[in-house]
Amino acid sequence: MSLYPDKLDTVYYFGTCLVDMAYPDAGMAGIKLLQQQGVQVIFPQEQSCCGQPAYNSGFPREAMEVALKQVQAFSARDCPVVVPSGSCAGMMKTHYPELFAGHPDYYDIKAFSDRIYELGDFLLNALGARYKDKGEPVKVTWHSSCHARTEMRVTEHAKALLRQLDNVELVELEHEHECCGFGGTFSIKQPELSGAMVQDKINDIVATGASRVITGDCGCMMNIAGAMEKQGIGVRAQHLAEFIWERIHG
Amino acid sequence: MASKKKFDFAAHIQEALNDSQLRSNFKFAMGTMIQKRKAVFADPEETAALRRTGNAIKRRCLSRLPALLEKLEKKCTENGIVVHWAETTAEANNIVLDIMKRHDATRLVKGKSMVSEEMHLNRFLEERNIEALETDLGEFIIQLNNEPPSHIIVPAIHKNRKQVAQIFHEKLKDTPYVEEVEKLNAIARKTLREKFRMGQVGLSGVNFAVAETGTLVLVENEGNGRMCTTVPPVHIALMGLEKVVEKLDDVPPLLRLLTGSATGQIITTYVNMITSPRKKGEKDGPTEVHLVILDNGRSKMLADRQLRQTLQCIRCGTCLNHCPVYTRIGGHAYGSVYPGPIGKILTPQIDGLDLKGSLATASSLCNACQEVCPVMIPIPAIIRRMRDESYGNCADSHAETIIKGHGFKKNIIESIVWKGWAAVYRLPYLNRLTTRMLGRFGHRLPKVGPLKAWTSVRTTPKFAPKSLHDLAKEEGIRDE
Repeated sequence: MSLYPDKLDTVYYFGTCLVDMAYPDAGMAGIKLLQQQGVQVIFPQEQSCCGQPAYNSGFPREAMEVALKQVQAFSARDCPVVVPSGSCAGMMKTHYPELFAGHPDYYDIKAFSDRIYELGDFLLNALGARYKDKGEPVKVTWHSSCHARTEMRVTEHAKALLRQLDNVELVELEHEHECCGFGGTFSIKQPELSGAMVQDKINDIVATGASRVITGDCGCMMNIAGAMEKQGIGVRAQHLAEFIWERIHG
Repeated sequence: MASKKKFDFAAHIQEALNDSQLRSNFKFAMGTMIQKRKAVFADPEETAALRRTGNAIKRRCLSRLPALLEKLEKKCTENGIVVHWAETTAEANNIVLDIMKRHDATRLVKGKSMVSEEMHLNRFLEERNIEALETDLGEFIIQLNNEPPSHIIVPAIHKNRKQVAQIFHEKLKDTPYVEEVEKLNAIARKTLREKFRMGQVGLSGVNFAVAETGTLVLVENEGNGRMCTTVPPVHIALMGLEKVVEKLDDVPPLLRLLTGSATGQIITTYVNMITSPRKKGEKDGPTEVHLVILDNGRSKMLADRQLRQTLQCIRCGTCLNHCPVYTRIGGHAYGSVYPGPIGKILTPQIDGLDLKGSLATASSLCNACQEVCPVMIPIPAIIRRMRDESYGNCADSHAETIIKGHGFKKNIIESIVWKGWAAVYRLPYLNRLTTRMLGRFGHRLPKVGPLKAWTSVRTTPKFAPKSLHDLAKEEGIRDE
């Protein structure tokens, strides 16, 4: 599969709004992992949010306004746009063309969408990253966001990266394919349903005996970690990029 | 058809979530259904190809639906099947009633039919002193208990064996409490055989109606469908107008997709193909066959490019089995004939957004339904459409039809919130300001509204003092 661009000396980085506000260290870890592979990373300061919250909540016009802003912010160069989130990447790659179907700028939007890559996938497959683990032995489990799995189809890539780390034992969840109940505004519009779903996810995580749950999506992470913290469960949730960066530096 | 009492989805959800027996019944049953499907569709590439075929067939048939329906009517009429058209469920109910009256019939034996549920036919007939007897085992159980189905395919799936034993014991005369499946089956069989003997008219649904030959295809596992369509002298078949396919060749792939998705079977125990009433010289079969074709809002869906895809549905129910919401609350919570993901897009279009639009909020848009749908209906995209139209919004590309109840949820507060949100993420200086404010004062936000909902099961989100924008700048990451 030649799904990856030939020219890889420079990439754009789209940090996502949630990483920007709540998990900037995870965002920086992603940038550093890319730089470590000899790639120049550009972070346009004009970037903000992919627009998914409005898109999923019944406000497509507002989503389009914000989406157009991103397309403009990443328009100066024709290089890959790497995103440390399967869900935001899925929005930009698969939903922008749907949202802008019939729009005068459709072809520009589509060209932008074609340049979107999820971080783990890009590190493993486009850059061929190989990691040497310097950390203490640890047992972890992996949570995949639904959009990473069904839209970007990158779940196995992330797990492959984790398996490169010699001292990391990866125990898979029994119901890895099941949604954690985040769903953006779903979590606040249907709090009881969302709560029931995250409870089952937590039970699954605890049953693995892992001390950390690693994920490639900060939305799911905020949901799962917040619910575990509320219950005083001592499993740490961490973004894949931050975890790898930590492991390779001992 | 809506009940007078306002539909309170939130209360239904709460009630279902609190019912631990219900939740464990569903969790177990859905897990089993998922495994069974997986065993039949073991090869992902073959499955993908089959789903693409199913999708193509349904899209082709829908694209020429009016012509196919006319052809179906012509062929059926030639074969001796009487075709009736019903624009509304009230019309369909009256057609059934007229046929019953013409035969002085007071007892109807019913095979499984979701369209009859959509028509609330049993209640309609009961009010006119006609007894409608369900003969599908699941339907029989819930009819005894006076409940609606909780699943499209397995209507009594919310009941476990012990609950069924209790219902039989309480509702059927002289029936002891027994838990063994074989004994429960024997009780049902004995009771149902008697019903078939008494039935004056038989009723069934239709899985596929073949325009080319005028054939009604009906799949089932219990044989009750065959009894209903062959024992009584009159057979009435009910179908939604989307069930027509062009030719016999279209049936095998769809049948394979239907049985594999619905029950994890390569083929069902019975596949009935009904092409005419009893012919001269034949010894059995009904002497009259009627086909009632129901619209009930379907032609309106057909007129819209996106909504039309709702009509691709072959009612396999696999989207229910795979839905993280359905598996936790079960079918009754949806307060509608069609529950689960397909119900979230079908019901608001039939009943109106104002009555049932809230169904569309109960989705995390996880795509589980879309991943398994045998005819590849983009359910999440259509759920988004329901949400858009609930607020009176519509993306440019989907402005063809406006759904009943369009804009019922429109309100100034949410409109302003989303306008403000868009401004924050469109204007970099406003974004910087907001992120900075959240970093500084976010932990002091009052726990009201969305934050109250969020913190009901989670801690307050921790906003970082420095944003990624700030860190990137500090680290000298190039900005352009």
